[in-house]
This record gives sequence, C-alpha cells and structure tokens, in this order.
Amino acid sequence: MMSIGKAVVRTDGRAKVTGQAIYVDDLRPEGCLYGATVRSERAHARILGIDLDPSFDWTDITVVTAEDIPGENVVALMTDDQPVLVDGECRHVMEAVALVAAPTRERALQAAHRVQVRYEELPVLLDPAQAENSPIHIFGTDNVFKRLVIDRGTSTGMGVVHKATYHTSLAEQLYIEPQGMLAIPEKDGSLTIIGSLQCPYYIHKALKRVLGHSRFHVVQAVTGGGFGGKEEFPSMVAAHATLLAIKSGRPVKMIYRRDEDLRASTKRHPAIIQITSECTPEGELLSWDARIIVDGGAYNTLTPVVLSRLVLHVTGPYRIPKVHLEGVAVATHTPPNGAYRGFGAPQAQWAVERHMDRIARELGIDPLELRRKNLLKDGDLTATGGVLHDTAAFLVLEEALEAARAPLLQRAPPPGAGIAHWKRGRGLALAFHGCGFTGNGESWLKGKAALELVGSDLRILTGSTDIGQGTDTIFPQIVASELGIPVERVSMAPHDTAQVPDSGPTVASRTTMVVGSVVQSCAKKLRLALQAETGLASNNFAELLAARNSDAVLKVEHVYEPDASIRWNDADYSGDAYPTYGWSANIVDLEVDPDTGEIRYLRLVTATDVGRAIHPVLVSGQIEGGALQALGWANLEEVVRDQHGCMRNDRLTNYIIPTSLDAPEMVTRLIEVPYAAGPFGAKGVGELPLDAPAAAAAAALEQALGLVLDDLPMTPERVLLAMERGHAA
Amino acid sequence: MRLECRVNNQAVSVETAPMTRLIDLLREDLRLTGTKEGCGEGECGACTVLIDTKPACSCLVPAVQVQDAHVVTVEGLAKGEQLAAVQQAFLEFGGAQCGICTPGFLVMAQALLNEHPHPTREQVREALAGNLCRCTGYQKIVDAVENALAGAEHARQ
Repeated sequence: MMSIGKAVVRTDGRAKVTGQAIYVDDLRPEGCLYGATVRSERAHARILGIDLDPSFDWTDITVVTAEDIPGENVVALMTDDQPVLVDGECRHVMEAVALVAAPTRERALQAAHRVQVRYEELPVLLDPAQAENSPIHIFGTDNVFKRLVIDRGTSTGMGVVHKATYHTSLAEQLYIEPQGMLAIPEKDGSLTIIGSLQCPYYIHKALKRVLGHSRFHVVQAVTGGGFGGKEEFPSMVAAHATLLAIKSGRPVKMIYRRDEDLRASTKRHPAIIQITSECTPEGELLSWDARIIVDGGAYNTLTPVVLSRLVLHVTGPYRIPKVHLEGVAVATHTPPNGAYRGFGAPQAQWAVERHMDRIARELGIDPLELRRKNLLKDGDLTATGGVLHDTAAFLVLEEALEAARAPLLQRAPPPGAGIAHWKRGRGLALAFHGCGFTGNGESWLKGKAALELVGSDLRILTGSTDIGQGTDTIFPQIVASELGIPVERVSMAPHDTAQVPDSGPTVASRTTMVVGSVVQSCAKKLRLALQAETGLASNNFAELLAARNSDAVLKVEHVYEPDASIRWNDADYSGDAYPTYGWSANIVDLEVDPDTGEIRYLRLVTATDVGRAIHPVLVSGQIEGGALQALGWANLEEVVRDQHGCMRNDRLTNYIIPTSLDAPEMVTRLIEVPYAAGPFGAKGVGELPLDAPAAAAAAALEQALGLVLDDLPMTPERVLLAMERGHAA
Repeated sequence: MRLECRVNNQAVSVETAPMTRLIDLLREDLRLTGTKEGCGEGECGACTVLIDTKPACSCLVPAVQVQDAHVVTVEGLAKGEQLAAVQQAFLEFGGAQCGICTPGFLVMAQALLNEHPHPTREQVREALAGNLCRCTGYQKIVDAVENALAGAEHARQ
C-alpha cells in the first residue's frame, strides 16, 4: 500500500499523451471574443492621448482603457505601484495602455494596431548602476525597491584577499505554452476566470481590487509550464481578460503570441555581485563581503523577496566565520523582472562558485579540495546564524564524484568541421537551496488544505497547482501512504478558488515539502475523525471505514503549523532563514571549439539531496529539467534589448533554448537526508537544480581553454571575445 | 475551397480558405485540440503532425497542401483505448511533465519509430531536435523513445 518512493503513473499522464488534456486555449465557449493588448512603445512617457483610427471599422470591437476599471487600477502584489493599464504615464516599453477584443484573433490584432497612442517623451533611466543617484525617480526618491544588510563581522585583516565582480544576465522562463487567460461572464452576474497559472489565489487577490468585489472564481486550466513566469504575471493577464469580458458582456480569451510574451513578460533579475573574500594561505575561508545590485525593472513585483533570497544564498554552501552582505534592488525603466525558478539563488551561486574557483586558482589549490575544506556540515552556522541540520553537502559531493568516474558515453561528432581540435573540460559546482518561504513567510501565510471522504474514496482540496512538476500525483501518494490505501482511491479536486482553500502560492520549492505536510496532516486528522465517529481505536483505515454507519461526506481541514525548531528574527535578519536546505553537486563535461567558441555539453552528473524521493521519476525529472535551464542560461540564452529597453530577439529563432542535441546525457543521483517536518522526510527540490550547473559549465570551460569567464551568458561570441582579449588564467 | 482529406483515418470534408493554417483547421474547425501552438513559426514543434507519414509543423502548412492527404495528429496515435508504444513509454519513463510539448514529441517520435524501430540515442536526439521541451531536459524523453518498442516487445512476450 505504501506508494511513497514508487514511480506510480502520473494522474494526468494519460490525458497528456493522448491530446485530451485541456489547456486554456483549447476552450472555446459560445460567443467567445479574442483579446489583444495595446502596449507602450516608449520607456518613459506621458500619454497625451489614445486615439482610434477613424478609417478602421470599430463596430465589432470592444476597447478598454484605464477609465473602464470599476475598482482600483492596481495589480495587487507586494506594493501597489503597478497599474493594470497605464493611466497618464508609462514607465517601460510594452506596458499595457489599452485593450481590444474582437470576434477573431486576426481582427483583435488588427484593431490593436489601429489604436494610436500619442506620447510626450520623458527622461529615461535604464542603467541599474546609476539608479540610486539618478535625478530621475521611478520608485520613491532613490529608486530603491529594497536594501538589505547582513552584518556578522568584517575582514580580519589577517588573510589572503581575493576580490572580483560577477554579472548575471536576464533570462526568460520560456514555458512552451504562452500566457493565456479566459474570462467568462456568468448569467448570475459572477465571473469565471480560467487560465494558465501557478497561483489561483494571487489572481483572486488582484482581481478583487480591480473589480471592487469578489463575485468571481479562478480556475487553473492544465498549465503548460510556469517556472515562476506564471507566478505573478498572470494576475495582469487575468485582469485584462476580465475587463474586456465585463465591457463586452462576452467570454474573452487572451492568448499571448510568443513575440508579445517574450517582450512583455517578466524575466530573471540580472545581478551585479562583487565579492571580497579572505582566507588562510591553505584556503580556509575567514571572511566574505558581498555587494549586490539587482535590476528590478519599472515596478516592484516580487523584487524585494528575490533580493532577499539572493543575499541569503550569496555565501553558498560554505562555512564562513565573518560575513558582511549588502544588497540593493533598484528600479529602471525596463519591463519588470519577476519570479523565475531559483528566485535569486542561481545568480548568487554563480558568483559564489566562480569566486571559489578564483580563490583555488590564485592559491594554486585544487578547486575540489578548496570546497571540501569549507563545506557546511551539521551544527555549522549559516550567514544569518542559523544552526544547520539535515545537511548533505559532503554526501552529494562524494556521490557525484563517484558517478563521474564512469566513462563518458560516446556521442557523434557535431556536423561540419572535424572535432579533433575541440578541447574538453570538466567542471564542478555545488549549491544549497533554502526550501520553502524565506524567514517567517510560512507562519505568516498559514497555508491550508482539506481532505474529503466521499464513500470509500478520498479527495484532496488544495490551491497548490500542478504545472507539470507532478504534485497532483504526489499529494495522493502522500495521503494514500499515510492511510495505507491504494493511491488510485485518492483524487484531486479542481484547482478552483470556489472549491479549494488557499494553500499559498505554487512557488519557492514549497509545494511538496510544506503543502505536502499539510496534506499529510489532513490524512491524520481524517483518521482521528473516523476514530471519533466510529468509537474504534484502530489505526486501520479499512476497519474504520467498515465500522462507519454514515454515507455523509466527512471533511477535514488543516492549517500549516510552523516547525517549532525554527527561529527567525525578521527585524535583524538573524536565525534560521529557511526550515531546511537541499544540497546539490554538479559535474559538467563539455567540449568547446576554440575557433568558434561553441560549447557542446557531453554529460551532466548531478547528485541532489531531496530529503525523500516521494516519486523518484518525477523528482529526477525536476532535477534534469531545471539543470538544462541552467545550462541554457550558461551558454545559449541572451536577452538583447534595444535603446528603449525592449527585447529585440523576441522569437524562438533568436532567443535560443537548448534542444535535445544541445542537452548533455544526464546522470541523476538522488540522496535522501530527511527533513523531519517534511512529508515522509521530503525536502523542496524544484529550484535547487538551477543553482549550480552554469558555474560548473564555466569551470569546465576554464579547464578546456584556460579561459576565465565571470559573466553570463557564455555565448560563442562572448567566449571568442574573451579569448581575443586574452582572459586566460 | 472544399477541402477533402483524411484525418486520423476519418474522411474529412470541410469548407475553408486555402491559406488557413493546418493547425487552425485542426484545432478550430475539427476541434482536435491535442495539436498545440507554442510559437507559430515552426521553431518549437508543438504543432507537429504527420502528413502522409512525414512530420510537419502544422502552423506552417496551409490547408490546401493537405488536399487528399492523410493527416495524423496525437489523437490518432492510440488504437481506441490501446495506447501506442511510444505513448506508453512516455508514461513509464516520465517523458511528459507539463504536457504542452508532448503531442508534438509523440508524433515526431512515432515518425522516427516508423523508420527506425530501434533507434540509437543519437538518432533519437537528432530526430527530436526540432521539438522544444522546457520541463524535462530531454533525458526522459530520449529514454522513452529509445526504449518504446523494446518495452512493447517485452510486454508482449
């Protein structure tokens, strides 16, 4: 009966392989209109007028501007700075100015082109390094979204100093299903919002403010990937579709075209990270000073939390007695950056791992030995003074090293020039990742879930969504295993705010670990409720069920209870920043063409501590997919912007993500060091795979060419340029 | 124009403009929504279908080009309730996560397996290089396709 640890067939699998899974664009309610967005073409401008081209036939077109918003013109998230539609002044290109809806997609696009916006240009701030001292004000008087300082001592003045600055680049989540939302006005005056999304209750919270009422519900359609890109951004799409639906009185479907999606949607925050470290001549770290600037774009979105996670990971999985960390997130007149899987930690650990390689190089120490000397273990303190437990840094490292001893699988040479002169290299990088929300986030949030007994079957009710990671399969495994019944008897209620409680957003590597534990508690409560109802003291679910005299639906709910062993002080940022951490070791083998700078990945070995692999196939799928996103960020993916800050390479022909030929063969090893408060010991794992592979690729490139690259991405052009400039080690 | 063709072994006769994209014909006119649109310009492969056994991006094909042809979509891979071997392998190996690219991968993989029932990993990677997946890192997709028919033969024994 115990399905934990077994690769049961995913519950949505059959629908997905037969083409029967229904995504938002597959829905077409009677009388449905198609929405399109009119967007600003200036980075910063006063809107003088929005004119409808008189030569166009507007009879079947619905047009919406800020004036049509019944409630507040705000996308409610952390702060209220971002409007649903520009009202007076646009602050970045691609900001939504007006909306149109038409009976066909083609007519909607035509109409959007015939809405003419008149601008008066205003001064523009695009450079994050200039933001704090700029006379141009985007956010407050200093353009600072968030400043964070963690000070636990400064340099001892006794050690060897290493100092360098590292840059990380914008990146697109690139879910293969573009952003999409459908808003349906119902006969009773309420609204149904169905879409591609991670967080139904984010949209619920945002729409309540826009509409001024809550006579609506939000339903997740099968969602074609998110990776953070469908965390907060869909609130905007939902508001737009809903405004058009209200004004037209018809269902309105808004599906982004890929080019629009790439230009308008959030990206990974670029970061500038300067590290000054101090260590003994043998490489034992003494102090670590990091200064970080993060570009948030024109609106706050989730930037303060991204900065926080970045700062909390910018010491990497290493033991450092004295740390001084200063981060600032600033505003620029560029499209807002937002959630992308990893949420600051990949930026941090790119810099950390490149810096560890710098120390090793300059001290003449093996990079592996340098890491072994400084790796965190149980009882060590984090940068915020939290005491570590359930660590697996050494375990994952040794496991990865062991796995990497196997000979490389032969792969066919690339087409074209001979491969003889390609240079091979191998690189190692390590990472840790805080599981769940930062600090007191979970206590504040109080995620809920519920469980219903219907006849002899069970139904889980949670606002946590399955966006491909498989939680609609994992949650039933958790309940079935807790109660000792076959997993087939447990199903999931639709992720519909009218039916399920708010379990908190589907983000932050928290769904399996945090919401999974709430779901497990529901199962325990249900057993207690059955014991009370039947008067039986048995723990056997079948016996309890047999003893029941009622057919009534039995429903229990549970609210997240914080892990009592965790202490966090938000005022001075001290204590346990996260309830626990996942650990990962990554070894990349690659070859590079010194004539073209092209990198070809041969193999990626990962060893990852997942606490407990509830579903080994799903969890290794998470690791492999996340790792390839990191490898794409390393050498292929580059957002190129024009002078207005608008993404120029807005197509899949020129924003290049890895294909099956670009991907390495992957060897994926799972390590299980359980977290006591996670369901059956599980830790969060969704984001950890993105943290280190890029740095491992850089280390491998360094070994292959003797080339030191501190900035992402390492595209062929940049590799060549660095070779010409002689950035040799 | 009056378009006559076969789709998933069913005769189809439908009034359409000649330059209607095949994907729109399938999704909107025939309500076969298993075929997905990820980019609209032939880069992502989510809209892959077979036209007379040859894979093609249905977002780039005008309807007029399938006159008298046989189009196979993801809905046509299974025989009734019996999944095709490659569909079964995707379930077993974990080849589908979010699922939006899955129909295109399955159709493309079926085209490969029709030609090469026991492909090497390199053949699989080469054949699937026109289909983008952002969830899996391709490892489990390659595993599934490489072993699809081996698994099916094993199951029959």
